[in-house]
Amino acid sequence: MTIKLSPIAERRILQFKRNRRGYWSMWIFVGLFLFSLFAEMIANDKPIVVQYQGSFYFPIVQSYPETAFGGEFETQADYRDPVVKKLIEDKGWMLWPPVHYSYQTINYNLDVPAPAPPSSENLLGTDDQGRDVLARLIYGFRISILFGLTLTVLGSIGGVAVGAAGGYFGGMVDLLSQRFIEIWSGMPVFFLLIIMSSVITPGFFTLLLLMLLFSWMHLVDVVRAEFLKARNLDYIRAAKALGVSTPVIMFKHALPNAMVATLSMMPFVLTGSITTLTGLDFLGFGLPPGSPSLGELLSQGKNNLQAPWLGIAAFLSLAVMLSLLTFIGEAVRDAFDPRKIFKG
Amino acid sequence: MALLEIKNLSVDFRNGQQITHAVKGVSLEIEKGEILAVVGESGSGKSVTALSVLQLLPYPIAVHPSGSIKFRGEELVGAPDVTLRGIRGNKVAMIFQEPMTSLNPLHTIEKQIAEVLFIHKRMAPAAARTRVIELLNLVGLEKLTQRLNAYPHELSGGQRQRVMIAMALANEPDLLIADEPTTAVDVTVQAQLLKLLKDLQKKTGMAVMLITHDLSIVRKMADRVAVMYQGELVEYEKTEKLFTTPAHAYTQMLLAAQPSGTPQPFDKKLPAIFHAEQLKVHFPIKAGIFHRTVDYVKAVDGIDIDIRPGQTVGVVGESGSGKTTLGLALLRLIQSQGVIRFDGKPLDTMAANDIRPFRKDMQIVFQDPYGSLSPRLSVVQIIEEGLLVHYTGLSAAEREKMVIDVMKEVGLDPATRNRYPHEFSGGQRQRIAIARAMVLNPKFVILDEPTSALDMSVQAQIIDLLRNLQQKHNLAYMFISHDLRVIRAISHQVIVMKNGKVVESGDAKQIFDNPREAYTKTLIAAALNIEVAGNGNNHAA
Repeated sequence: MTIKLSPIAERRILQFKRNRRGYWSMWIFVGLFLFSLFAEMIANDKPIVVQYQGSFYFPIVQSYPETAFGGEFETQADYRDPVVKKLIEDKGWMLWPPVHYSYQTINYNLDVPAPAPPSSENLLGTDDQGRDVLARLIYGFRISILFGLTLTVLGSIGGVAVGAAGGYFGGMVDLLSQRFIEIWSGMPVFFLLIIMSSVITPGFFTLLLLMLLFSWMHLVDVVRAEFLKARNLDYIRAAKALGVSTPVIMFKHALPNAMVATLSMMPFVLTGSITTLTGLDFLGFGLPPGSPSLGELLSQGKNNLQAPWLGIAAFLSLAVMLSLLTFIGEAVRDAFDPRKIFKG
Repeated sequence: MALLEIKNLSVDFRNGQQITHAVKGVSLEIEKGEILAVVGESGSGKSVTALSVLQLLPYPIAVHPSGSIKFRGEELVGAPDVTLRGIRGNKVAMIFQEPMTSLNPLHTIEKQIAEVLFIHKRMAPAAARTRVIELLNLVGLEKLTQRLNAYPHELSGGQRQRVMIAMALANEPDLLIADEPTTAVDVTVQAQLLKLLKDLQKKTGMAVMLITHDLSIVRKMADRVAVMYQGELVEYEKTEKLFTTPAHAYTQMLLAAQPSGTPQPFDKKLPAIFHAEQLKVHFPIKAGIFHRTVDYVKAVDGIDIDIRPGQTVGVVGESGSGKTTLGLALLRLIQSQGVIRFDGKPLDTMAANDIRPFRKDMQIVFQDPYGSLSPRLSVVQIIEEGLLVHYTGLSAAEREKMVIDVMKEVGLDPATRNRYPHEFSGGQRQRIAIARAMVLNPKFVILDEPTSALDMSVQAQIIDLLRNLQQKHNLAYMFISHDLRVIRAISHQVIVMKNGKVVESGDAKQIFDNPREAYTKTLIAAALNIEVAGNGNNHAA
């Protein structure tokens, strides 16, 4: 099956590929993101598969009591416990993920007080509560991206809708939405989030909702401008003269124009969302305590200057992630730029 | 030795793997004090040739595979920037088509004219000011000598083009390159500007390279003509000879391509299908913090119109006369006051949703075939859009058949229906726009300058097509245009508009042969007499 692309889309894809840096950044980013989506299979304190007395167990998806493996407690088996390990390995085998720690697993067998430096057991060391830094990075990367993507997509839908309505209908709709945005964007978002987080317990979704209240405004201006322009284009007039209904005109004729601006701004909105979340986590007003987050790791790095691996790990992963996104964003922007000329 | 010698010039544009041969082996000469016209349709390479004289092409992308351009014996192709800067604006000056964008909106006219004097002559400010006033007088802008600090937006299109000419003449160039200098202005202004250019050329003895697509200008102005077609020079001859005995088939076609023919007769007894009375479109001017309406721009001010099936009413006027606004108002695409009746039904009192069923009977074709087709839809999608709205019962196969039929009717190859608009030429695009209107089987069509953005030869074809369609379907047309030659070829009745009001209206023949109002007379003289003046007594020779 081949999808027939319009020549414009083909040209854009070609243009995007021509930006080698952005093109490779995209593949690296997609790779890292897919990799982190399977974080449970990569860094976990439970084995992926256990074979015990001829039958298979999948601890990652289901929890088994210790008694299932001939232990004493009815609680969930702690597969890292040397006793349990021995019980299982006597009568079967375990397949572990490459990293034997989940983001909240505490390594009680440290030789040095936490935070422990990198070792063969904890490749990037541990944080000040003895948790594996590599595992927390993998999970933290995933949560940052997922949060950023959700926020960007939902915020963009809102922004495009408001901008489209304002630009296309003009008049009172436009006036009211513009004035509202001016007032609303004057709010000190960061402080508001800090105050809110002391009233309600912040979680992934409450935080998302709170930030969504403000992040939808990013795209309103560009989309509004595109629709204002589109309103007077001849082909929109022609559609009106054909008797095409307003929603169809907006979706089929005007929206594609606005999508160019929207798509080229989106990677930058995504970067902004991730940075805001990291900032909140750094200050301790973000995701609930214990969640893996890059901001929290950064703040640990700041509090434990004697353990530079914390700060360096957090800094490098943030820098790589944000640079990749920015490179992709630049390539997308170039791809959509009709004036960009191929150098050949 | 000729003033400018172009020998075997070629220009290629490289866009990735794609190479476009814009100019192929062109050789031209311009003698001192001569006017050479370079004629051709869009895409024929005439502007590219002119721009390469001053080496103003986008150079890493444009390349000259061969050729030389010698100005007074000095090679310009590949000359160092220093040499070129000494020639540009000094020995060789250029004026462009669009006076709106070729003047810097942030600088006063004095500053812009004086700039070339400072750069090339290193004149003192006081001397420069005297020279600027002298130049303004020269180009007929005496009024502006009192207002040297005026900005471009305070001037009309014609005045701006005169300022451009003054800038070009500031250093008394030996050669003036004028790239479609009158295309963007109204006909009456065009006539004045051409006269000015001709007078200046006589007075200063400079050579002029005039680039244009309009043969009537050529006939009046040029000593010699170079006809270009698809990057090649097909004919290069003295003006008189070219017009009397054109040698090349393309030149003959170009000369024959004037819109011609007469409107078909129609049944005068039928009642008017479209009727408007005292139609007004007033745009409010708002001021103050509360946006109170202080005044109105009267774009259309009390127009009466009656159109019968099979009849064409031509609406003529210069830019800003409100003719396009009138068209949009008649179709209720913008707010208006006054009675509009279509087929006896009062459109003016209907809500937008109630008008929708009538939209299939009244259609519009716009001026710019590049802007009126959505670039993201294929031709079949564009044409069938109206069918999706008005004939909801059709199956996909039936719609496709209707699209194919209408494409054949307007002279398009139905096999191309899955392509996108940008793959078509201007004339083909206009056919697509006509097909989009015709597929609905309308009774009344507004044609808003449907030929203005097209090349001359294509214009004639589109006019023929429209006339055939009218006869076949007994269509009522309202034909809006500033081009009187086109109006004459198709209209039964003519309305001359100025500033939103009717100056004169009546039978087309009577208006063209015997105009009553002074304004109509100047309009007709400016538009049609250009070619009359060239007939037989060529002043240019």
